[in-house]
Amino acid sequence: MNDHDAPIHEKNSHEFPIHETLGDSLAQQGISRRAFLKFCTAMASLMALPPGTATAIAEALVKAKRPSVIWLSFQECTGCTESLTRSYSPTLENMIFNMISLDYHHTLQAASGYGAEKSREDAMKNFFGKYLLVVDGSIPMNNGGVYSTIAGRTNLDLLHEVAKGAAAIIAVGTCASFGGIPNAKPNPTGAVAVSDIIKDKPIINISGCPPIPAVITGVLAHYLTFGGLPELDDLGRPKSFYGETIHDRCYRRPFYDQGKFAKTFDDEGARNGWCLFELGCKGPVTHNACATTKWNGGTSFPIESGHGCLGCSEPHFWDAGSFYSALSMPASPLKYVAGAAVAGAAAGVAVSIGNRIKKGTAKSAHQKATIEDLEK
Amino acid sequence: MKPQTIPIYTQTEADYSVGNIRALLTEIAARLERLANDGTSASIDLNSLPFAPGEYERLRHALGKGEVSAHIEAIGPSEITETRYPGVWWVTHYNVEGDIVADMLEITTAPEILSSQPDDIRSGLALLHIQLKEEVQQ
Amino acid sequence: MDADLFLTWVRSTGLNIAIGIFVLGTLWRLVEIYSLGRKRDLAVPRHRSGASGLHTMFRRSVPPPGMFKRSATSYVAGYVFHIGLFIIVFLFAQHIKLLQELTGLSWPGLPTQFIDATAVVTLATMLLVLAERINKPVKRFLSTFGDYAGWALTFLPVLTGYLASRHLLLPYTAMLALHILSVELLLAFLPFTKLIHVFTLWGSRWYNGNANGHKGVPV
Repeated sequence: MNDHDAPIHEKNSHEFPIHETLGDSLAQQGISRRAFLKFCTAMASLMALPPGTATAIAEALVKAKRPSVIWLSFQECTGCTESLTRSYSPTLENMIFNMISLDYHHTLQAASGYGAEKSREDAMKNFFGKYLLVVDGSIPMNNGGVYSTIAGRTNLDLLHEVAKGAAAIIAVGTCASFGGIPNAKPNPTGAVAVSDIIKDKPIINISGCPPIPAVITGVLAHYLTFGGLPELDDLGRPKSFYGETIHDRCYRRPFYDQGKFAKTFDDEGARNGWCLFELGCKGPVTHNACATTKWNGGTSFPIESGHGCLGCSEPHFWDAGSFYSALSMPASPLKYVAGAAVAGAAAGVAVSIGNRIKKGTAKSAHQKATIEDLEK
Repeated sequence: MKPQTIPIYTQTEADYSVGNIRALLTEIAARLERLANDGTSASIDLNSLPFAPGEYERLRHALGKGEVSAHIEAIGPSEITETRYPGVWWVTHYNVEGDIVADMLEITTAPEILSSQPDDIRSGLALLHIQLKEEVQQ
Repeated sequence: MDADLFLTWVRSTGLNIAIGIFVLGTLWRLVEIYSLGRKRDLAVPRHRSGASGLHTMFRRSVPPPGMFKRSATSYVAGYVFHIGLFIIVFLFAQHIKLLQELTGLSWPGLPTQFIDATAVVTLATMLLVLAERINKPVKRFLSTFGDYAGWALTFLPVLTGYLASRHLLLPYTAMLALHILSVELLLAFLPFTKLIHVFTLWGSRWYNGNANGHKGVPV
């Protein structure tokens, strides 16, 4: 492939100057202010901002510049990209062409081979310090990271190189955020999260297996609108989406409070839509927006479909015991009970034998007192 | 097949409710009272609220339809309806593909999206001037 | 260690260790206590003990004449927090689920709001009995470290459980993990403190009643 036909942004730059603002691009396309206000209302709703902020967002977005985005896929299943391409609002084409300049993405880019790598290198050079780095997938560390390579280079190597010039890193999915399934015991590849490797860049974790598409686009929208990262929780996740638990926003919550629980997946309680806590729902300890943003364009979410939450947006969810054991139940079988019972009984018997021996000795050492003894 | 086209039949038994609608109606009443007293408008983002199956429809039923309904075509349709309670507007924005992108209740005298935007007025005015010029030339 | 890992630890390894120590300690202490035996009493019984032991098991739950007036708080608060603990431990759906997992038995639970209110009352009365223990000179004199430790081991699970369910002080995950940890501490220490009375109470009452009957003070 020739040098001149690979980099996406250079090709586009004839029609759309790289530094043009979103407002310019909208005006060129003949989009009215009312239409734009509507778009911003959708954005505010997406970012879980108060509905009244649409006007402020419109003002900010009109001046926003399209950032260059480099997307690196490491040890992953492409589920996160699948999720994103099913992002309903705003549509993917909209997002990519109007809001960001996606200069490198394995699965989505047209360029391949050397051309693909060249477009990444060009974006890194041209927008050093300004581009956004999106990572999905964990990074294997064992044996020099040989378990996952791109163009002959390990993920670790590539991450270090691309992270250097990034303005911020967005870790998409639980693998990139916390290590995810590759990191689950026994973790044969030594998989770790982005934040375990890169320490000197702002990192935002959009966890979930996969993350809610609207959350990925919502964070990008926030970056565009406010020019920075949203407020994060202590695990680096945006509070506007991960600030509350599934349980707290669940429409079945009233049943939890009333003590009405489904006991099996096909009993009366399950049919009545009662709380799934006893069937292992991890909603109470899972921070995500599924209960309100929902999936597939707002159709439903796991609990609405009658299955408990797996807790996929939390670290180590894979190793937190069975998906079907309630939070108040043991996460692993009790191993020591039988041994402890035997040991306890044995200890009791041993001590009591000791006591008896002591008593016996005392008894045999006992001497009868006679009247003569007393009269002495 | 789009998820919205999968036929979903929600069972709406009269006594099936987890109480979300009552809570929401109470909030609407409080906001409406403020609008009546000092003209403060407010909006409630329905996308961010938990609804049990059937509750969304119950809310529609509870609020009903009032005198005004409007339709906007701007990167996809939008439906704006005044509910049975004047001052409570139901505003639903769709994208070109027909998915709901924003769904809200606005408690106001008229939703802002209905007003002509100053920028649009200016560009419209420019167009009108061009047209006038053309008329004169003819 | 983050909150999720901590929670998984207390739900697996921690629980394993705690229940292990609990079972070991309880069996040890019970076998030891009940195998102690007593020297044969050669004296002629002053009274046939009859049902004296059985009676005492219940009589001790009722204040003797005059005692209620002298120490009303102890009796009322004592009853309230014991009943409260019973309700919280055995009638909260989440706890029943755990007991079902451990024993195979299950029964219906009570609504969360009721359990919540019970927890508040229990916490308040437990604070009251602690205040009494500290303020009344006689009680203070009789109290040892073990008494305060027993109180704390019982109080903490209720407190952390309440804070967790109401989302107070710490995020739910961390507070839930602390709650389970506090219960595990309770389980591990129960056999070796005065809290062993959950098992020995009825036996020792019967023994005392029976001995008293034998000595001519039947009830």
